[in-house]
Amino acid sequence: MFPFCTDPDTLDTVRWFACYLTTGKHMSFYLSFGTVLLLLAITAPTALAFGFAGAAAARSRFLPLSLFGKGYIAIVRGVPDIAFFLFFVIALDQIFEWTRHQVLCPDWDQPIRQGNDFIVCQAAKLPLNTAPQWMHETYGFFLAVLTFALVFGAFAANVLFGAMRAVPRAQMETAEAYGMTRRQAFWRVLVPQMWIYAIPGLSNLWMVLIKATPLLFLLGVEDIVYWARELGSSKTPRFTDYPHGDWRMWYFLALLVFYLAFTRVSEIALERLTVRLSHGQATAQGEAQRRAGA
Amino acid sequence: MKRLILASAALAVSAGMAAAQDVVRLGTEGAYPPWNFINDAGEVDGFERELGDELCARAELECEWVTNDWDSIIPNLVSGNYDAIIAGMSITDERDEVIDFSQNYTPPDPSAYAAMSEDVDVEGGVIAAQTGTIQAGYIAEQGATLVEYATPDETIQAVKSGEADAVLADKSFLAPIVEDDPELVWAGPDVALGGGVGMGFRESDPELRATFDAVIEEMKCDGSLDALIEKWDVSSTHGEC
Repeated sequence: MFPFCTDPDTLDTVRWFACYLTTGKHMSFYLSFGTVLLLLAITAPTALAFGFAGAAAARSRFLPLSLFGKGYIAIVRGVPDIAFFLFFVIALDQIFEWTRHQVLCPDWDQPIRQGNDFIVCQAAKLPLNTAPQWMHETYGFFLAVLTFALVFGAFAANVLFGAMRAVPRAQMETAEAYGMTRRQAFWRVLVPQMWIYAIPGLSNLWMVLIKATPLLFLLGVEDIVYWARELGSSKTPRFTDYPHGDWRMWYFLALLVFYLAFTRVSEIALERLTVRLSHGQATAQGEAQRRAGA
Repeated sequence: MKRLILASAALAVSAGMAAAQDVVRLGTEGAYPPWNFINDAGEVDGFERELGDELCARAELECEWVTNDWDSIIPNLVSGNYDAIIAGMSITDERDEVIDFSQNYTPPDPSAYAAMSEDVDVEGGVIAAQTGTIQAGYIAEQGATLVEYATPDETIQAVKSGEADAVLADKSFLAPIVEDDPELVWAGPDVALGGGVGMGFRESDPELRATFDAVIEEMKCDGSLDALIEKWDVSSTHGEC
């Protein structure tokens, strides 16, 4: 990085650290913070959408749809995350490739499953074998988002399902009395009011999601915890210009600060959201706001 | 005669397939120096990096390096996320049931115990090893108490923090660490495990395996493999081919 970094052995402490902290490896570490934030930014709304769809399906009066919604919630919540990440993602990848294989290579005569192996034609590979590395990484990232969204969507669905039932029955009765259809009552009365009941559960999920990113490395996506462990582990002078002992504690300390700061920011944001959502609601906080305003 | 024609037709088809597959993705762990590790620039480096690049050059293949967690390194190979494993993986019967191995590029090499003192009870004590390695399997069979860790580095830290009495790993991995760390010493006798280290391939991919097998053979015979082994100090050398 700096011109004086050519021979780190001779440097004083400050310069040594200046060089050490700007190696290519550290740059990957800093970049991985961006990866994690991007993952959260995409996953959270997607998971919420999955959750909303799951909850809406679960309370449907159409039995198969309701069973599907309830099944989704029960099964995904019951399967350990690591099993989901090890097997489900690979299965998902194979489903995509199998579908492409059926479309792109109709005259392929060999079996797709050969013992343990999963073989599709070259054209059906996702991404193509010839694709540059960043395409593979983006694809892995996309699979990660989808899996996270499915897993956390199931939890969110359960939270939202509960929140929908927590909306006072009188509110729905009033909607019916005004002659609203079931659909109108759902969208105009139930949905706007349920969020305040869902917020505590959803904020829990958000906090758990923030800390779940080390599962990413199972998919080959390198997250901050992977890099912290890799950079912090003791290094012998044979394999690096910057040998050091076991520094994982310091790297994890840096992660601790990052996570604490991040959760603090989240807490503040969620607090504001709660105040906002309480406005005009038939809850204690909503009532307090009304009195304070009056 | 008919069979001969069929065989040559199959060969032609497979040759065509090999040509279509112009980028070979090599999967490695990146946490096991001197075999494979991530260097200061953030790239895969080590004995297997050099070996893999040389093999690909000789076989006229374009190769790309991918790092993957050790735990999921075999599942990701068989589902086609990369085409070969080159990660210090010892050839064992158990693994051979799921994937195919090339011939070994380093001969069977001893595993060794490293501990904080020489007179640790390696047969009845608490021994650390990386999950899913031949060493972990060996300890479990021996009746010593096995504690498993996800990465090689954690096994060393377990010994230094006193969680485990000793660590069992490839001697080539432990050697630079023991030399460098005044606290660690060799303990107990060396153990011979596994059938050497080889590259792993999908069982349905015999052409790629044959390609790499041929170039490994070539490197064994002209002495360049031995030179690499000596350079990185990963094993005793082959000497013959």
